[in-house]
Amino acid sequence: MGHAHHGGGGSTTANIGLKRFAVVGSPNSGKTTLFNALTGLHAKTGNYPGVTVARFEGRTRVDDRDTVVVEDLPGAYSLDPISPDEQIVVDVLDTDQHRANHRSVGLGVPDALLVLLNATTLRRSLGLIAQVHQTGLPICVVLTFTDDLARRRGRLDIAALTRALGVPVVPVVAGHRDGVADLRQVMAESDSWSTPVVAPPTDPAEVTAWIESVLASCDYQVPEVDHRTRRIDAVMLHPVIGTAIFAVTMFLFFQTIFTVAAPLQGYVEAGFGWLGDLVAARVHIPWLSGFLSQAVIGGVGSVLVFLPQIVLLFVLIALLEGTGYLARAAFLMDRVMARAGLEGRAFVALLSSVACAIPGIMATRSLPSAKDRLATMMGAPLMTCSARLPVYILLVSILLPAGSRIGPFSGRGVVMFALYLMGAVSAMLVAAVFKKLSSRGGPVLPFYMEMPPYQVPRLKNVAAEVWTAVSAFLRKVTSIIMTATVVLWVLLNLPLRGDAEMTAAGVDTGSETAVAAYVIDHSYAASVGKAVEPVFAPLGFDWRINIGILSSLAAREVFVATLGQVAAAENPEEPAAALTEMRVQDGPQAGRLLFDAPTIAALLVFFMYALQCMSTVGVMRRESGSWKWPAIAFGYMFVLAWVLALAARTVVAALW
Amino acid sequence: MTLADLDRGKRAIVLGYSDVVEPSTARRLFDLGLAPGVEVTMIRRAPLGDPVIFGVGDYEIALRGVQARCITAKPAD
Repeated sequence: MGHAHHGGGGSTTANIGLKRFAVVGSPNSGKTTLFNALTGLHAKTGNYPGVTVARFEGRTRVDDRDTVVVEDLPGAYSLDPISPDEQIVVDVLDTDQHRANHRSVGLGVPDALLVLLNATTLRRSLGLIAQVHQTGLPICVVLTFTDDLARRRGRLDIAALTRALGVPVVPVVAGHRDGVADLRQVMAESDSWSTPVVAPPTDPAEVTAWIESVLASCDYQVPEVDHRTRRIDAVMLHPVIGTAIFAVTMFLFFQTIFTVAAPLQGYVEAGFGWLGDLVAARVHIPWLSGFLSQAVIGGVGSVLVFLPQIVLLFVLIALLEGTGYLARAAFLMDRVMARAGLEGRAFVALLSSVACAIPGIMATRSLPSAKDRLATMMGAPLMTCSARLPVYILLVSILLPAGSRIGPFSGRGVVMFALYLMGAVSAMLVAAVFKKLSSRGGPVLPFYMEMPPYQVPRLKNVAAEVWTAVSAFLRKVTSIIMTATVVLWVLLNLPLRGDAEMTAAGVDTGSETAVAAYVIDHSYAASVGKAVEPVFAPLGFDWRINIGILSSLAAREVFVATLGQVAAAENPEEPAAALTEMRVQDGPQAGRLLFDAPTIAALLVFFMYALQCMSTVGVMRRESGSWKWPAIAFGYMFVLAWVLALAARTVVAALW
Repeated sequence: MTLADLDRGKRAIVLGYSDVVEPSTARRLFDLGLAPGVEVTMIRRAPLGDPVIFGVGDYEIALRGVQARCITAKPAD
């Protein structure tokens, strides 16, 4: 998908012939930090063949001559996999399987492994090392969190650990330059890495004895309890204070996204407005000027306006994750999620879906249970994502004047909050239903979640995470959304109408607005919109809204761009005003305000439930491994959207 | 007793896993460091009662009551 254009370096096959290092380690071992330190922000993301767990790989220079490929494998506590993530690690490290299946090209067999060992959880981490030795691949141990170990008055003799393990051990603290430089030097000599004389055992009882002997020989002093983390947790996880902090955090989370982003959005909007004026002033060929200002600048601009919000959202999520608070949030919410048959980590996936269902669906990878993953995946697209935001904002601003109040709060704000709340409740209910349907029989997987120590988030990690998300959004804008708006512009402006025809129809050919309105009303798009009218007429939608809905099947934001194009044709000076004054053109309801309260209610509810996002469908296909689940999701969401939109319309029409 | 019976701040030594535990679950608990002979401290309960954070060796892990009840233990004194 789009890789050839946007990948920057093309597909992973470009790295064939270079030496490959895979980074192996448990979650919270500092894997991502090390990977970012080695590869900078030049990492490429992709997916593993078949299952599509996200795949991160990048290049790094190890000395003056050699460039190598570093691959960041998903976190794994053990090579006895119980989640899709861990299965990937096992598959990549399984050299026999590579030979048997000739999958080596797809997966890229690593030539050597960098195994992360968290110095503060040495006992547990050594178990993984024992398992990794079974792969027979050359190993270099990267010892992380030695600074934490010292702070918590633990002790470890690194030279002795090197002797005990029989492989090179390089301490790298938080991706610091010196440690990384040492590591590069060791990586350059991977052909001469030492190997243990006797491989560590695999039998559980023997492993425990082996771990004890290694710990004893390297004079390991278990770190003290992390008092800092305990003190913070005493507040953060306090039954009353902790719960209050959680509620405030969530509230501030949304407040920041809406209030801080608003002025920034104003700037982006102003920028595109200026660009549009520039085009109008300089380009004198009418159709080209129309194409550039409406399709390109208008369409893409109306979506890019949300860039500040998306950046902020991902910054906040990266910060919450980097500090270690996200794990606490999952811990606090676990019981609530259990009501829906899910677990705390599903909450994190649903929270991420507020940014976009795609990272949310990808976050389900941290769920060990396949059933939990599917149930969460089915619910996640109902969370109010940032793509719904432009649609909601547009519709709510037509519905309520800026100054309207509900109690002490802004009326628009209250409606927006209600929309978010309804989305979240619906997501939970749907997940609960799917979990219930799927969990007949089959083993119950254990629930466990490591509580990492609190940390100051690393700027580089936050930047990398935000950049990955933002570049994905920009790709979406320049590919799917751009294509959709251009196709729409063509459909809205063809076929061409001659002056004679228009005069015959009574159109004043001297008025640009009248001509534009006539062309749109008789365009191909209008025919399509009218063709689907029987489906949407009960909801109060006319052909113009239908076109918006059909075009938003590509991506929800396109709805705004489409209405923008239609409105701009009717009143190029004030498209927003044109929308509020638009009336139903024909049929029994002719003359009714098109965007009256019942219709807006129906539209809002329709957008809340319908799966109008091809990217989500695509990710679901990849993450679930078949078309079955995206098809089910699309179907159930459309039915839900239509039925509930009709209900909303009926209720509002009765009350308003 | 099992880990689920542990009061806040109290410690116990893991003895093994109850019979109802699936082999894969037992293996995972072992890999997480909840191995026989290891000392476990009950640190705190979530505000809603479940899950519970345990200190295992040198790190902290949250387990639900269901899992904690699967791990047999004896008080450490």
